[in-house]
Amino acid sequence: MAADTLTRTFSALADPTRRDIVARLADGDATVGQLAEPYRMTLQAVYKHLQVLEHAGLVSRPRGPQPRRVRLEAEVLAQTEIWIERYRRRAEERYRRLDALLATMSHTDEKDAADDVNYTDGHRG
Amino acid sequence: MSITQTAIEADPKLPIIWITREFAATAGQLFRAHTDPVLFAQWVGPDAAATQIEHWDARTGGSWRYTGRIGDTEFAFHGCFHEVRLDRIVQTFTYEGEPDGVVLETLWFEDLGGGRARLRLQSLVDSFESRDAWLASGMETGVNDGYAKLQRMVDDGAV
Repeated sequence: MAADTLTRTFSALADPTRRDIVARLADGDATVGQLAEPYRMTLQAVYKHLQVLEHAGLVSRPRGPQPRRVRLEAEVLAQTEIWIERYRRRAEERYRRLDALLATMSHTDEKDAADDVNYTDGHRG
Repeated sequence: MSITQTAIEADPKLPIIWITREFAATAGQLFRAHTDPVLFAQWVGPDAAATQIEHWDARTGGSWRYTGRIGDTEFAFHGCFHEVRLDRIVQTFTYEGEPDGVVLETLWFEDLGGGRARLRLQSLVDSFESRDAWLASGMETGVNDGYAKLQRMVDDGAV
């Protein structure tokens, strides 16, 4: 399910260390040892983070010469970005219509808005 | 004057979507465009003529309902105005195609000076699944289904 994948992606990226790992892997593949270097945590802890990222499909460790290198699976990230970008575009289309409407509104409208709020207060009390 | 495009952010830790957009308007005008039903209907949906405000009481404790139409498919939405102030609106949003789902929206209208104002919209969805489905569908209103249907009609030569 596409939405499930997205959920896993977001929750995998909820952790700052995992976001950092992903950001560093964007520069190129790295071994687990290299990834662990800047962190004050055990290699074991780094492996656990990588497992979460692997489960979300964000990284993989393709077979090859030891030590195996961790690779960022850019496709999964791209899918998330595509969805967010599509959502953003729809919002932008809506706000362009609002732009056009606002251009036709006069500034005296603000007085009416203030009146509405006064009415709200009266309603509340 | 350059147009500031809509910025969007999906929080990885909470099922929240943030939208930020600047307008060549005052905060008061933005407020009006969100609370006056005649104005709201003109921009909220892709086709102003197809947006029908069924009920609208933009006051603290009030409620709203409107329908939109794409092709021969009608979409209905409703919610409550939880708090209505000049600088912010807190409201709920439900797409009636999924009546159990509800989004808690907070809108902020902020004057930036020089005839510009910033709109911030925080949408708290009731689960990550719903939030992600929203994003995946490309739209919070479910209108994407309508687009898909319209596309099929176009593909079939019906339009």
